[in-house]
Amino acid sequence: MAMTIRVDIVSAEGAIHSGSATMVYATAEMGEVGIAPRHTAFISRLKPGDVRVEHENGNQDHFYISGGMLEVQPNVVTVLADTAIRAHDLDEAAALEAKRRAEEALAGQTAEFEYARAQAELAEAVAQLRAIEKLRKLKRS
Amino acid sequence: MAGAKEIRTKIASIKSTQKITKAMQMVAASKMRKAQDRMSASRPYAEKMLQVISHLAQATPEYRHSFMAEERPRKRVGYIVVSSDRGLCGGLNSNLFRRLIAEIKEQREAGVEPVFCTIGSKALGFFKRFGGEIKAQATHLGDKPHVEDLIGTVKVMLDAFEAGEVDAIYVVSNEFVNTMTQQPTIRRLVPLVAGEQNDGMPYHWDYIYEPDAKSVLDALLTRYIESLVYQAVVENGACEQSARMVAMKAASDNAGNLIGELQLVYNKARQAAITQEISEIVGGAAAV
Repeated sequence: MAMTIRVDIVSAEGAIHSGSATMVYATAEMGEVGIAPRHTAFISRLKPGDVRVEHENGNQDHFYISGGMLEVQPNVVTVLADTAIRAHDLDEAAALEAKRRAEEALAGQTAEFEYARAQAELAEAVAQLRAIEKLRKLKRS
Repeated sequence: MAGAKEIRTKIASIKSTQKITKAMQMVAASKMRKAQDRMSASRPYAEKMLQVISHLAQATPEYRHSFMAEERPRKRVGYIVVSSDRGLCGGLNSNLFRRLIAEIKEQREAGVEPVFCTIGSKALGFFKRFGGEIKAQATHLGDKPHVEDLIGTVKVMLDAFEAGEVDAIYVVSNEFVNTMTQQPTIRRLVPLVAGEQNDGMPYHWDYIYEPDAKSVLDALLTRYIESLVYQAVVENGACEQSARMVAMKAASDNAGNLIGELQLVYNKARQAAITQEISEIVGGAAAV
């Protein structure tokens, strides 16, 4: 029986693959790597690309990942996959976008925001009415 | 006595309300199951990451990332507040905000100023009324939140931390205890809560790093914190659905009671009307 290594591919939103393999290929930051069983402990960032898992019967499974981390221990390979394409500029843009949304919302221009506020006020009014009703009931009894 | 017709229309309207609440209850029940699955699906990622991070922190003691640094004296702290987008889920959001208000009060007394990032439109609406500095927000994540929707919001906070604008970051969200119970909790994200440092490693070993330990650790830490926030969002989603299910069940039950009471009143009114009619006829016949 050929030597095998355990492979787990997980992302923040769920497990993608789990099983054993005779060889795992991935595109690490410094070039493609092939991981055989009993590989020494190794850790690297992954570039967007293929992760190939070679099974004992020679079949290969392909997983496309948009970047992530590769962690290797002698008996386990773990791919921590990103669920989105990450790059410094993109992250920066996302952050700016989140800030802009907050400013916009605080300026009170979005209809959605007005809706949220109206809802909150309505909830408050309903609570007040309920309290008044309760008081009345208490008085009556 | 109210007219029989009025009562009848009232009963009909309550019945249609009951139909709606019952439907919402059932929708929430099925969504809750999915949300719970999502909650458990996101766990292995964070666990694995924590394992790697704690190992890295041990293996490279010379490099200390700012997220793992010692606590510094606090002037401002950041809160990432996770709420639902929609209402009709009982006291879920208001309990959370009550807990947060108590916390803010405590912090302010200690001379610490809070800043906020909000996730979900309920939190946004709350802070608009309550006041407070909102640095970033994300709303309308839907039933299936994605990590990429949160990256921006989390980054704003982490940047603020690295720039020294805030001295700690907390995440405020509901913890899913079981279907009936949701616990508002405040957890510290940064500086990272130190885990148990010695996992009893028999001999010292280290990874081969590509390109180097520092950049690997940086990338890992950001992702780890994002995944923690994502988990909080997913968990809050499960809480929202279960709270809604319970609230809607209570509403359906109340509607049932109300219908019963009204039915009784209606029957009495009908009986009275018939009796009156008969007595009128009898009276009329006697007069002839």
